[in-house]
Amino acid sequence: MSTTMGVTAAASARPGDGGHVVERSTRAGIATMVFFAVSLGFSVSMPFWADAIYLRWLSELACYFVMAQMWNLLGGYGGLVSIGQQAYIGIGGYALIVLANMAGINPFAAVLLCGVAAAVAAMPISRIVFRLHGPTFAIGTWAVAEILRLLVANTTVLGGGSGTSLLALRGFDRATREAITFWVSIGASYGSVLLVYLLLRSKFGLALTAIRDSELASRSQGIDVGRTKFLVYVISAFGFGIAGAIYFLGTLRISPDAAFGVSWSPLIIFMVIIGGVGTIAGPLFGAVLFFALSKVFEDFGSWYLTALGLLAIVVTIWFPKGIFGFIEDRYDLRLFPVQRRLRVRSTP
Amino acid sequence: MTIWIDAIIQGVLVGGLYALFAMGLSLMFGIMRLVNVAHGDLVILMSFIGLMVVEGLGLQPFAAMAVVVPIALCMGYALQRGVLNHTISKDPLRSLIVTFGISIVIQNLLLAFHSADTRAIHSAGLESQSLPIAENLAVGVLPVIMFATAVMLTAGLQWLFGSTRIGRAFRATSDDDGAAALMGINNAHIYALATAIAIGILGVAGVFHGMRTTFAPTDGPALLIYAFQAVIIGGMGSFWGTLAGGVLLGIAQAIGARIDPGWGVLAGHLMFVAVLLFKPNGFFPKTR
Repeated sequence: MSTTMGVTAAASARPGDGGHVVERSTRAGIATMVFFAVSLGFSVSMPFWADAIYLRWLSELACYFVMAQMWNLLGGYGGLVSIGQQAYIGIGGYALIVLANMAGINPFAAVLLCGVAAAVAAMPISRIVFRLHGPTFAIGTWAVAEILRLLVANTTVLGGGSGTSLLALRGFDRATREAITFWVSIGASYGSVLLVYLLLRSKFGLALTAIRDSELASRSQGIDVGRTKFLVYVISAFGFGIAGAIYFLGTLRISPDAAFGVSWSPLIIFMVIIGGVGTIAGPLFGAVLFFALSKVFEDFGSWYLTALGLLAIVVTIWFPKGIFGFIEDRYDLRLFPVQRRLRVRSTP
Repeated sequence: MTIWIDAIIQGVLVGGLYALFAMGLSLMFGIMRLVNVAHGDLVILMSFIGLMVVEGLGLQPFAAMAVVVPIALCMGYALQRGVLNHTISKDPLRSLIVTFGISIVIQNLLLAFHSADTRAIHSAGLESQSLPIAENLAVGVLPVIMFATAVMLTAGLQWLFGSTRIGRAFRATSDDDGAAALMGINNAHIYALATAIAIGILGVAGVFHGMRTTFAPTDGPALLIYAFQAVIIGGMGSFWGTLAGGVLLGIAQAIGARIDPGWGVLAGHLMFVAVLLFKPNGFFPKTR
């Protein structure tokens, strides 16, 4: 897409020569950063005054933020469409059980290690799933998540098919537990946005989107395609591992179906698609929309999911850039400027 | 010893049903490079339509197929023409998301109309009849019929692909859709015919599935994974390969289940992983 064009543009046009400039930041982008700093301060203070229900809601939403960002990094920017990222939600969640319940590590401190566990697991798994390409890769990742679900369900130490509880949190009183869970999840969600933003502005991000647009052309430009794909897969797994651990910090109970279940996939993918795949703001927007809709329509159960499925189909066919991508193009609004865009000055 | 021979025979026969699930997936991928995520849900949808025909019209299950298959053919044609043709592109994202959306819609509509209860299509005792083939060894009549159907459909598809005008059009479109269009082939129509055949086969498979075991609205995804694994294990590009993949998957599951009941499905998955690692093109690849 435009990014690959941006590469050539950046190489040929020097600022000020012939009235062209390469734009790497926007006014909207600066406004976004200010908004983020302010909202971060606001969120951090919330446990001191806000109602517990809002903390729980926001913690859940923050998990969705992380998952949506990480799916979008892999599928939207990397072109590696996966239906099996719940594999790493599950690994993160069960790593928390092992580290906190069994090894006695502080559960909140263990969250980061859960991300590491997911990333480490992703390394050998990538050997399996990267044998498949395009649409078959997607189903392959799903099969791997199923395998993990069955393996865990057959492991008695981890509670087998009925799951187990996060007993390590017994020592904390409820208010402390909810406040720390909230801070950890807020930290993870801001961290994930920042990580994706910085990655995409780097050489790595340029290589990633170039591979998505044409693997052959990027290879001929000297990009190490295998290494870039491997890295983005592992980074995404890391993020999903953290999100999974945080999610189960909130629910306090885990089971193979909840952790590795395929119902995660439509949730996350529809957030990204409806919000705007291949943008940073889109998945955030999609997650908020999805969360709000699910709170309003949760009583409608299967009708709500039917409508969501139909919406995803309609958006994919007729609004392939999602709601936010549509707004971005319509109003030329770049909240997270990660592209290099060539601007022609109106007066030469 | 008999117990293992028995496991292999049962595995082969179940493999026939997996092959029926997998053929359409293989066909659609071969022609359009499209993986239909809703494939398993369409099997379950056909099982439900079969159940409604059997209970509503009072037909025998095999007679019901004569109603279900035409419905499936039309559904497949309309699905491709109306929706999936809009998603064909080099980028796998669109077709994956759209078929994933269809999968969610089918599952939840079935849940809304039929509840989460498990159902079965009853076939007047056929499901419990068996043929003795040796001492302590017998095969079920229904699995034998399913397997024979799978073999016949495989032969039929291979003939259709290799020896007919429409098969030539399929192959041409698969090789180079642009050139095929220049030769006067209507790709949109060819794609829709391919999907019609793929879903039509599911009409047969869905009724068989409903006769063999119980089914529920959310069973589809597991069936998609079996079908996908059969295609990968067998190797892309030949229907006999897909049949062989289904049979190998069936054998792996049957042997795994004899070792430990919790490990049946898992043994099939492990075989799939082993094939990907050591034989990534499957056992019988035929690159077109």
